[in-house]
Amino acid sequence: MLLEVRDLHVEFRTRDGVAHAVNGVSYAVDAGETLAVLGESGSGKSVTAQAVMGILDMPPGRIGGGEILFQGRDLLKLKEEERRKIRGAGMAMIFQDALSALNPVLSVGDQLGEMFVVHRGMSRKDARARAVELMDRVRIPGAAQRVRDYPHQFSGGMRQRIMIAMALALEPALIIADEPTTALDVTVQAQVMDLLAELQREYHMGLILITHDLGVVADVADRIAVMYAGRIVESAPVHDIYKAPAHPYTRGLLDSIPRLDQKGQELYAIKGLPPNLMDIPPGCAFNPRCPMAQDVCRTDEPPLYEVDPHRGSACHFWRECLHG
Amino acid sequence: MPEQPFEPGRAIAGTGAGGAMDLATTEAETLERTPGGPLGTGPAAKPRSLWSDAWRDLRRNPVFIISALVILFLVVISLWPSLIASGSPLKCDLSKAQEGSQPGAPFGYDGQGCNVYTRTVYGARTSVTVGVCATLGVALLGSVLGGLAGFFGGGWDAILSRITDIFFAIPVVLGGLVLLSVVTSNTVWPVIGFMVLLGWPQICRIARGSVITAKQNDYVQAARALGASNSRILLRHIAPNAVAPVIVVATIALGTYIALEATLSYLGVGLKPPSVSWGIDISAASPYIRNAPHALLWPSGALALTVLAFIMLGDAVRDALDPKLR
Amino acid sequence: MVDEVVERRRVEPILEVSGLVKYYPLTQGILIKKQIGAVKAVDGVDFVLNKGETLGIVGESGCGKSTVAKMLVNLERPTAGFIKYKGEDITRLSGRALKTVRRNIQMVFQDPYTSLNPRMTVGDIIGEPYEIHPEAAPKGDRRRRVQELLDVVGLNPEYINRYPHQFSGGQRQRIGIARGLALRPEVIVADEPVSALDVSVQAQVINLLDRLQNDFDLSYVFIAHDLSIVRHISDRVGVMYLGRIVEIGRDKEIYDHPTHPYTQALLSAVPVPDPEAREHRERIILSGDVPSPTDIPSGCRFRTRCWKAQERCAVEVPLLAVPAAFRLTSGPAAHDSACHFAEEKRVVPPEEPLDDLGDGGV
Repeated sequence: MLLEVRDLHVEFRTRDGVAHAVNGVSYAVDAGETLAVLGESGSGKSVTAQAVMGILDMPPGRIGGGEILFQGRDLLKLKEEERRKIRGAGMAMIFQDALSALNPVLSVGDQLGEMFVVHRGMSRKDARARAVELMDRVRIPGAAQRVRDYPHQFSGGMRQRIMIAMALALEPALIIADEPTTALDVTVQAQVMDLLAELQREYHMGLILITHDLGVVADVADRIAVMYAGRIVESAPVHDIYKAPAHPYTRGLLDSIPRLDQKGQELYAIKGLPPNLMDIPPGCAFNPRCPMAQDVCRTDEPPLYEVDPHRGSACHFWRECLHG
Repeated sequence: MPEQPFEPGRAIAGTGAGGAMDLATTEAETLERTPGGPLGTGPAAKPRSLWSDAWRDLRRNPVFIISALVILFLVVISLWPSLIASGSPLKCDLSKAQEGSQPGAPFGYDGQGCNVYTRTVYGARTSVTVGVCATLGVALLGSVLGGLAGFFGGGWDAILSRITDIFFAIPVVLGGLVLLSVVTSNTVWPVIGFMVLLGWPQICRIARGSVITAKQNDYVQAARALGASNSRILLRHIAPNAVAPVIVVATIALGTYIALEATLSYLGVGLKPPSVSWGIDISAASPYIRNAPHALLWPSGALALTVLAFIMLGDAVRDALDPKLR
Repeated sequence: MVDEVVERRRVEPILEVSGLVKYYPLTQGILIKKQIGAVKAVDGVDFVLNKGETLGIVGESGCGKSTVAKMLVNLERPTAGFIKYKGEDITRLSGRALKTVRRNIQMVFQDPYTSLNPRMTVGDIIGEPYEIHPEAAPKGDRRRRVQELLDVVGLNPEYINRYPHQFSGGQRQRIGIARGLALRPEVIVADEPVSALDVSVQAQVINLLDRLQNDFDLSYVFIAHDLSIVRHISDRVGVMYLGRIVEIGRDKEIYDHPTHPYTQALLSAVPVPDPEAREHRERIILSGDVPSPTDIPSGCRFRTRCWKAQERCAVEVPLLAVPAAFRLTSGPAAHDSACHFAEEKRVVPPEEPLDDLGDGGV
C-alpha cells in the first residue's frame, strides 16, 4: 500500500468546546489508484487530508491518535524536518481555490521553478526550463511566453492547471486533490478532470480526490469512501456503491441529487442537518436523520461491517439497506 | 464568478477563531425542523445578537475589565474631583516648593509649591473633557462625511478623498503651534476644535471604507429590491454593520487626543495657566527634574496610564467586534 | 399529451423581456473619466415567462445570467431593451409605480451568509417588507404573518427573535425565501438559490421551492450553473453564453434534443452520477476559455470554441429562432437555437434506452 490511514482522530479546541472533526478514519490508496473521499461540509474529509499532508493548523487542531503510513513509514512519528521533505517530493496537494493557493507577487514560472531550486538544488535557469516543460505538459498554450505571467493573468481553469503542474513537479507518488474543480465551470471542469486522470495514469500515482460531487466521483474514481461526522460510513468500489449502496446515508445522497437524465416530481431529501461536531449523537451519528433507525442505532456505534472482501458499511442494517 | 459551495469544514481547519465561530452556529441546527420532519426538541437557544456576543466576549476579557475600571475611575474623578482631593489645585504655597511626600500631599509639592496630588486629580477633568469631546466631534463629522461619500460615491467622493489626503499631509504638532498660537481664549474649546479639524479625515476614511464594504453585501441588494429608501438602507442596514471599525478607531484615538492635549499644553499653545492640565504640570516640572522628580513623575504617570487604558480598551473592543482579526 | 394540456393552461405571459442589454462602461482617469470600452455583460436577451411556469436560465460564470436577474428585479437599469410585467415596461419606472411593481417581483439570493443582515433578528428581516410597504399588512398583524411565513418555509415560528448566525446555511436560505414571499409576489427570481448549500440540504430547498410554487401560484425565473438542478425544477430552459441566450425551449427539447453545439458541450460535460455511463458516454471537451465580455467575437460569439465553426460564423450573427433545418418539422428539435449549423445530437443518455422517450422519465 502506498498510503494507509489507520484509526485517525483529529479534534479542534474552540471557544465553545471540543469539535470532534475526525473520529477513527481508516483508508488506503495504492499506486495508480483513485480513491474518492465523499462527504458534505463538516464531514472531516478535508481535515483528514490535511492531517495526511501535515498542514493541519495545530493548535487549534490536535491529532488524538492513529497512524498515517506512507510507503511503510508512520508520518506521525517523523520529525517536522523529515515530513517537509516528503511534502512535495513524496506527496503533493491540489487546492480548490488556485488563486489564493498561488503567490500573487511571484510569476508562475518562479513558483514552479522554486520547487526544483529548493528540493533538487537546480540553477535558476534550469529550473525555469523545467517550469516551461511542466506548463507544456499541463497543456497551457504558449508556455514559453506565459511563464513570466502572474497568477491573476490566468483564467480559473489555467490557474488550476498551474496548480496541477506544481503538484506534479517533483513527480510525487501521491496526489491529494481537495475539491479541485468545484470552483470551475462545467466545461472547464471536464478539461481539468481529464488532464488529472491522464497524468495520474502516466505517472502511476495514487490519487485521493476529495469532493462533495457524486457526479465527479462516478467519472473518475476506482474506490469511494463516504464520510459522515468524521467517520467513514461506507467504503466500496465505485461500481458497487452506485448500483446498491450499503449505507442509508449513501443511499440518501444518491437519491437526493437531481439528475440530468431524468425529471422527477419531488426529490428525496435527507431530513434534518449534519450533526454538531461538538455534540455528536450517541450510537450511530446518522441515526437522527436515518429512515431505517432502530433502538440499537441510538445506543451502539456500528463498526465498519464487512459487506464483502472489498466493501465495508458502518450500518447495523447494511443487509436491509443493500437489498431494500 | 465561480460558484463555490460553502465549506465550514475548511473554516474549522483554518484559523482558530474562524473555526470557533462556525462551530458555534451549529448550536441551533440540532433544533432544525424540516418539512415532514419532527419538531426539534432540546433546550431553546436564546437569541444572541452580534452585539450581545461581543459584550459576552468583552466581559470575559481581563484587558477590558482593567482598562474599563481605570477609565471609570478617571471619569468619576473628573466629574467630582473633590471626592478624593481636598483643597484647590490653584492654592499654592511657595514656601513648600519642591517638598516631598507628606500628610495632606502624598505626591509632594511642585516648583511653585502647589499640591501635586490635587493638581493631578484635577488635571484628569481637562484630559477627559478634551478626549471625549474631540473624539465625539471627530467621530460624528468623520463618519457622516465618510459614510455619505462611501454610500453615494461619485464626484463628491472623489473630491472628499483628495481633501482627506491634503489633511493627512499636515503635521499635527506644527499645525497646532501655528493655529493655536493666535488664539487668546484660555478654555479647552479651541484645542478641541483644532483636534476635530485635523482628526476627522482619519475617521472619514475608515467610515468610507467600511460603508463601501457593507454596501456590497447581498442584504443591501435585498432591501433595495424590496423598495427600501436610501435612508432606510443607510440607517438600518449599512450603519449597524459599518460602525464597528469606527468605534474601535475612535476609542484608540481618544487616548491619542489626550496625549496631544498634553503635548500642546506643554508647548504652551494648548491650555495655559491658571488652567489645570497634566501637560502644563509636566512643562512646569521639567526644569526641576533633578531636585523634584516627583512633580514630573505623577502627572506623566497619570497621562501615560490614561492613554494606555484607552488604547487597551480599543484593542479589547476590536477583538470582541471582529474575532477574525485575532 | 399531458404537456399540451399544461401548455394551454399557461399561455398568459407575466414577464416579457426583449432586446435586454447591459453594458458597464470601462473608464480611465481619476476625476475626469474617459470611457475606453465596455463590459458587455448582457447583449440582447429576449424571453417570455408565463404565469405559473419556471424558466431556468443556465450558463457558465460571466455569461450574464446574474445581471439579467438583477435587471428583472430592478437592481440594475438596462442599457437598452425592455422588461414588460403584465404588458407594462418596468425598466423606466420610478417612485411609487416602481415600488408597486417591486411588490410583485421578488428575489432569492445565492449566498445565505451575506443576504441576511447579521444585526437584525429573523423577525425583523422577514417583517421588513411590511415596513417598506405598510399597506401590505396592518401593523398589529405583522408578527403573526412573519410567524406564519416561518412555518410555511419549514422553520419553527418560535425562532422569530433569533439572529441569522444562529442558523445553518439551509435554514438561512429558508429565511431568505420567507422574506421573498412576504409581499405575496407573483414572480420570484432565484439567483443560484442552492449552489452554496450541501447536497442533502439542496434537495430540501428545491422541494420547498417546488411546493411554494403550487401553494402560492408563483412564477419562477431560476438561474443556475447546475444543469441537473435546472432540469429538475424548470418547465422551460434558456442557455446563455457571453451575454446572449443561444438556445431556449421546453426542458425536454433542450436536454434530450439540443441543437446548439454549446448546449451539447455543456450537457456532455456534466458529470453523471453513474460509473456505468463512463464508458459509453460521449463527451465533448471544449478547448480554451470563454472570451472576455469586453471583446466579443464577431458573428457567432461561440465560434472561437466551436468545433463546427466556418467562415459564415465569423461574419453573420445567428438569430435565435427555429433553425431552417427543423422549421418544417414539428418534433422536439424544432425550438429556438442560435446556430447556423444546428443539428440534433443526443448527449444525455436516456435512463432506460428502450423506454419511450416521450414521457421525460420520472
